[in-house]
Amino acid sequence: MRITQGAFSFLPDLTDAQILKQIEYGLANGWAISVEYTDDPHPRNTYWEMFGIPMFDIRDAAGVMSEVNACRRTFPSHYIKVNAFDSARGRESVRLSFIVNRPAEEPGYALVRQEGPGRTIHYTTRAYATERPEGARY
Amino acid sequence: MNAVDAQPRSAAGEERALDLEALYRDSHVGEVIERLDRELVGLAPVKGRIRDIAALLLIDKLRHAVGLSSGAPALHMSFTGNPGTGKTTVAVRMAEILHRLGYVRKGHLVAVTRDDLVGQYIGHTAPKTREVLKRAMGGVLFIDEAYYLYRPENERDYGQEAIEILLQVMENQRDDLVVILAGYKDRMETFFRSNPGMSSRIAHHIDFPDYTPGELITIAHLMLKQMQYRLSPEADAALREYIGKRRALPHFANARSIRNALDRSRLRQASRLFERRGGSIERQDLETLEAADIRASRVFLQPPGGEGPS
Repeated sequence: MRITQGAFSFLPDLTDAQILKQIEYGLANGWAISVEYTDDPHPRNTYWEMFGIPMFDIRDAAGVMSEVNACRRTFPSHYIKVNAFDSARGRESVRLSFIVNRPAEEPGYALVRQEGPGRTIHYTTRAYATERPEGARY
Repeated sequence: MNAVDAQPRSAAGEERALDLEALYRDSHVGEVIERLDRELVGLAPVKGRIRDIAALLLIDKLRHAVGLSSGAPALHMSFTGNPGTGKTTVAVRMAEILHRLGYVRKGHLVAVTRDDLVGQYIGHTAPKTREVLKRAMGGVLFIDEAYYLYRPENERDYGQEAIEILLQVMENQRDDLVVILAGYKDRMETFFRSNPGMSSRIAHHIDFPDYTPGELITIAHLMLKQMQYRLSPEADAALREYIGKRRALPHFANARSIRNALDRSRLRQASRLFERRGGSIERQDLETLEAADIRASRVFLQPPGGEGPS
């Protein structure tokens, strides 16, 4: 099951040229780009691992792209996303975030039912991938 | 070849001539070169080379447009010359020219020295160098005193690692950044001799000559104009004499020495004016440097060839 988080996730995977253009757009707006990765695909897994610190002083998308590619080399079958952080006063949040790398196979989620008091049922989802320990999931 | 070529030449040739003019105008490269001419004194050979390079790049673009093979031109450069001859200033202009012609995407200049590239312990150098390269992407990386990267006397020096990463990027990411190495001429030559890989990747070697005394005077006047000061006629004569004496002393750094000398004269002028704070001070006093301000320099006290200029 293909996970859909962030911008463009219902589209086919972006090509490198398209990623470059998106990064260029972010840089043109003065946003700081950062690269993050994870192997826990759960939608509530908000805090991914940072790959290096956010790039506040980079002027050109090629510099960011080299970082993205370094991350892909290190974690070829992790989820990798690119975030663009807007530091403008009052905004101070991520303006754009999209996935640039995903595992070849995404096993999806199991529906977990938990019986509560009075025969109520609590539903939750759990990723099949997280059955194995971190680092050995994909 | 000729017979085939001759047929469409008249029509297409004219069109191409127009193209070049339009391309030149659209790139606004002329303005940058003009400003270079106006704001930098002397340096005739440097300006000539820059005009040549700009012309080459323009023609390359045109060749590309009509479908002739051009191949990405090699743009890495080396600027050699004594201190204070305008290498950094020219590098900034070069970045602008390359940007206008579309050979670098952003046209900013990242100036670094050995300390920014080479780490202190094993494994520190590569990330540091990559960080700098990332920052310079889309612009020009200016490495001042590049020969310090290579220390032959210490074979475990990490500079070599930085050089290797640089070489790799200079070769593989020629579209992404242009590297300019700068430093003293003789030491750069030694550096290139011991790093043939570096030497062969650098297409343009530009040598910055020392300024003549006349040019230094012009530069001094230009600086004073920017700082909104004037020289009294006696001070002008004193400055000429100062430059003559200072050039003979060691550690003469061309335009930088002149700037320092002027800064010190301003200091003396300020304390001279402060001494007579009882009396009235006019606008003219504030903007005029007197001969005494310049003649108080230690350069005038010493016999020629003495050590330690002030």
